[in-house]
Amino acid sequence: MAKITFITSDHQTIELEGDSGSVMELAVEHNVNGIDGDCGGVCSCATCHVHVRPEDMEKTGAASEIETDMLELDDNADAYSRLSCQIVISDAIDGVILTVAK
Amino acid sequence: MTDTVCVIIGASHAGVNCAFALRKEGWQGQIILYDADPELPYHRPPLSKTYLTNTEGAQKNLLKSEESYERSEIQLNLGIEVTSIDSGERKIALSDGKVQAYDKLILATGARPLIPPITGLDNAKNIFPLRTMADVEGIRKALGESPKKNVVIIGGGYIGLEIAASLNKLGATVTVLEREERILARVTVSEMSEFFHSLHQKKGVDILTKKNVTAVETNTGHTIICDDGSAYFADIIIIGVGIRVNTEIAEKAGLVTENGIKVDAMAKTSNEDIYAIGDCTFHHNPHYDRFVRLESVQNAVDQAKVAAAAICGKEVIYDSIPWFWSDQYDVKLQIVGLSEGHDNSIIRKEEKEQPCFSIWYFSGDRLLSVDAINSAKAFVLGTKFIKTGQLINKSNLADTSVELKPAHLMI
Repeated sequence: MAKITFITSDHQTIELEGDSGSVMELAVEHNVNGIDGDCGGVCSCATCHVHVRPEDMEKTGAASEIETDMLELDDNADAYSRLSCQIVISDAIDGVILTVAK
Repeated sequence: MTDTVCVIIGASHAGVNCAFALRKEGWQGQIILYDADPELPYHRPPLSKTYLTNTEGAQKNLLKSEESYERSEIQLNLGIEVTSIDSGERKIALSDGKVQAYDKLILATGARPLIPPITGLDNAKNIFPLRTMADVEGIRKALGESPKKNVVIIGGGYIGLEIAASLNKLGATVTVLEREERILARVTVSEMSEFFHSLHQKKGVDILTKKNVTAVETNTGHTIICDDGSAYFADIIIIGVGIRVNTEIAEKAGLVTENGIKVDAMAKTSNEDIYAIGDCTFHHNPHYDRFVRLESVQNAVDQAKVAAAAICGKEVIYDSIPWFWSDQYDVKLQIVGLSEGHDNSIIRKEEKEQPCFSIWYFSGDRLLSVDAINSAKAFVLGTKFIKTGQLINKSNLADTSVELKPAHLMI
């Protein structure tokens, strides 16, 4: 079980727990504002963009090549950006704090 | 909560996104969604891809959790068909005999699979289109019960090819029969058709073109007969030859329809209180300055948001650049823009182990569209250049020794 915290652009802090699937799926299931996941989680739409805390990057890992390219669609993307459909939930990411991109 | 009512007909990508967008925009009244499909609204694109090959996907495949509708006070009425609209009295009639009044009505009626007039198709067993979760369940069950797993897919468009890839993965022997001279003939250039043709052949899917199916004979299995005299055997037949737009109730209500329900830049129909969104609409695209009808998640979601904002009194216009995707085997196709009307194109082939190339479609020097195979970079750059209208240095684009970067492509 991993605890994942989302901070939305309207400054809500939402703490959720999950043990499988992707971070995007968990966020959509609980209606986290700003994470849409329009393509259903296949890295095609870039509507599930989150910023990872620098100290959590080791847990989540960096974005893959296609993910990095897709993130270019968003001018707010930075070195700590991930598409949350590409972050798999496991114990390894327990405790991460993700800021939902504007 | 006020007592105004917004009714949405159709609870797929467009209808569901519109309901949630209405709340976000501040709609205070009731929101009532209807759909004939009894399933909790789900993502459609995965149906022919991961959902077909993965049996544990139902919960993961939902557009929104059941709880989300309750929290946003969106009433979901599933398994109920809307049979007619009385636009004068502002009410709709339902298949369960009831009547529902509305202040604002949104048509998100989508489309249904086209079943071609092939002799013997009507009452034969194990023949499926693929548009709904029930279709997928039907295909899976039939495949499980079929000892030979011989499948014929009629139609070599995106849906047919995605199903071919998925069923191939599930161990079926798949033959695709395409009526035109090449697969994907209606939607892409011959280079792309050739790429997908050889991809499927390599994986063991038999793709046959210029095959016009005229009859299906059913005994223990099906014999599919083409007009050139050839015949193919299958336990299961899948039909993927296109769609018919669900415009009937709109037409009967007197709304203007052409190639779909005609809407303005705010997604409003010819009736002041009725909007239409998604696959069922015929709308103007300002980037291409023409009316189009699009079958895509992007169009459904973006138009839904525009309609919701307009209904809540915002000044908005629908001006999205269309985009699409298709996943087959480990190949990802991403398309941005509309290539129709192009008069020249450039193919850029990266030197990589995996296939990685993009086709850039121009009208003169103006970029219209990009088809990208395993190249999100090309897709993203194409999106940016179409959006800004910035001209492209075509010789750099064609030269793979020049890295694909905005600065290298600008003139």
